[in-house]
Amino acid sequence: MIRVKNLKKSFGDVEVLKDINVQIKTKEVMVVIGPSGSGKSTFLRCLNRLEETTSGTIHIEDIDISDKKVNINSVRADIGMIFQHFNLFPHKTVLENIILAPMKVRKKSREEAEKIAYDLLRKLGLVEKAKVYPDSLSGGQKQRIAIARALAMEPKIMLFDEPTSALDPEMVGEVLAVMKGLAQDGMTMVVVTHEMGFAREVGDRVVFMDEGYIVEEACPLTLFSAPKHERTKAFLSKVL
Amino acid sequence: MDFRFDIIIEYAPFLLKGLLYTIGLSVGGIVLGTVLGFFIALGKMSKFKLVRIPFIWYINFFRGTPLLVQLFLVHFGLMPLLMSPTNTVISALVALSLNSAAYVAEIFRAGIQSIDKGQDEAARSLGMGSRLTMGHIIFPQAFRRMIPPLGNEFITLLKDSSLAAIIATPELMYWGRAASGQYFRVWEPYLAVAFTYLLLTLSLTYLLNYVEKRLSNK
Repeated sequence: MIRVKNLKKSFGDVEVLKDINVQIKTKEVMVVIGPSGSGKSTFLRCLNRLEETTSGTIHIEDIDISDKKVNINSVRADIGMIFQHFNLFPHKTVLENIILAPMKVRKKSREEAEKIAYDLLRKLGLVEKAKVYPDSLSGGQKQRIAIARALAMEPKIMLFDEPTSALDPEMVGEVLAVMKGLAQDGMTMVVVTHEMGFAREVGDRVVFMDEGYIVEEACPLTLFSAPKHERTKAFLSKVL
Repeated sequence: MDFRFDIIIEYAPFLLKGLLYTIGLSVGGIVLGTVLGFFIALGKMSKFKLVRIPFIWYINFFRGTPLLVQLFLVHFGLMPLLMSPTNTVISALVALSLNSAAYVAEIFRAGIQSIDKGQDEAARSLGMGSRLTMGHIIFPQAFRRMIPPLGNEFITLLKDSSLAAIIATPELMYWGRAASGQYFRVWEPYLAVAFTYLLLTLSLTYLLNYVEKRLSNK
């Protein structure tokens, strides 16, 4: 589904991603962990070209998205992204947040888009919030609406950029539960997170990044119980 | 000192007509200035340096030189190239529009750039292109933040339109000067003019406060 080859990314003189090679299979849940500044968010943002890559290739299915000629909007329409700070549109109601892109990008009718939106809201138990503005929601609700907004586009891949880092502790669970449900439904997911419990339970594969490299990758059981590299061990000893 | 109300009464019909011109020039100036300013702001925010430069210098010029000088350049320089005979109302309208466009452009730019980058990223990640993102996400949010500074600009423009009296545009100040010239009196005509401007700016302030409150309640 996703093939990343020799990906490098620099901001000015600072090389943030040094040589990333990784493949993500359909329906796989890949969790990316690592200390802050390790490049994991930048890596994730390269996958839908919110960051332009410096060199290397990223194939989403058969399309090389690092090619400037690619219509990036149609690629992005198939890739949902969830942000640390939700980024809901504050001037639109919850329903309007969800139906905007399906109507404007997918050219669905309002009725179709609303039907999809209400189905998602029902699933998430947030139907009664359809007509309110994001301001009045809790953090956990905001992030679940953000997930609904992304899912309304019927994406093939979902990217999560520290989706629970800005939440109060008691709200982390509700968001992780939604993500777990998505994984069980067979969504291809790349998740940057500090939630080691989630990585262990839901991840098919865990990737440990440090200083712009993928240091180690393995199934969660192996990586958490028998890490090979010193840096992985050092990191895990601090967070577990 | 006696205060000759009869001068004000005699000139009332002219002052009233001048008032209509003042309102027309201000409203026309802010509307044209806003439309023009929007495009100048977009130009100044272009990704390409070569595109940005003329817009940056447009703003530099119109904010960095006196409006009176601009008025003369437009009326005695620019307009004779475009029309004959020239018309002082059109000259004043053009100069005020060009001038306010520079200020409005900066208001737009500041408003657009004040919107959190995450809004742009969220829209982009949903597959929305730059036009959809600007039209549905960035601009509507930015516009609310632009209302107070746009209101200030409108009030400034309203007062600055009095400079058009110098090129004999028959607006409020022009008739004040006419009355003053005819009777060699200062207080009556200019106080009458001053109070009329005050009435306009105060009403505008109240109106803008009302609009702002309505929008922030939403």
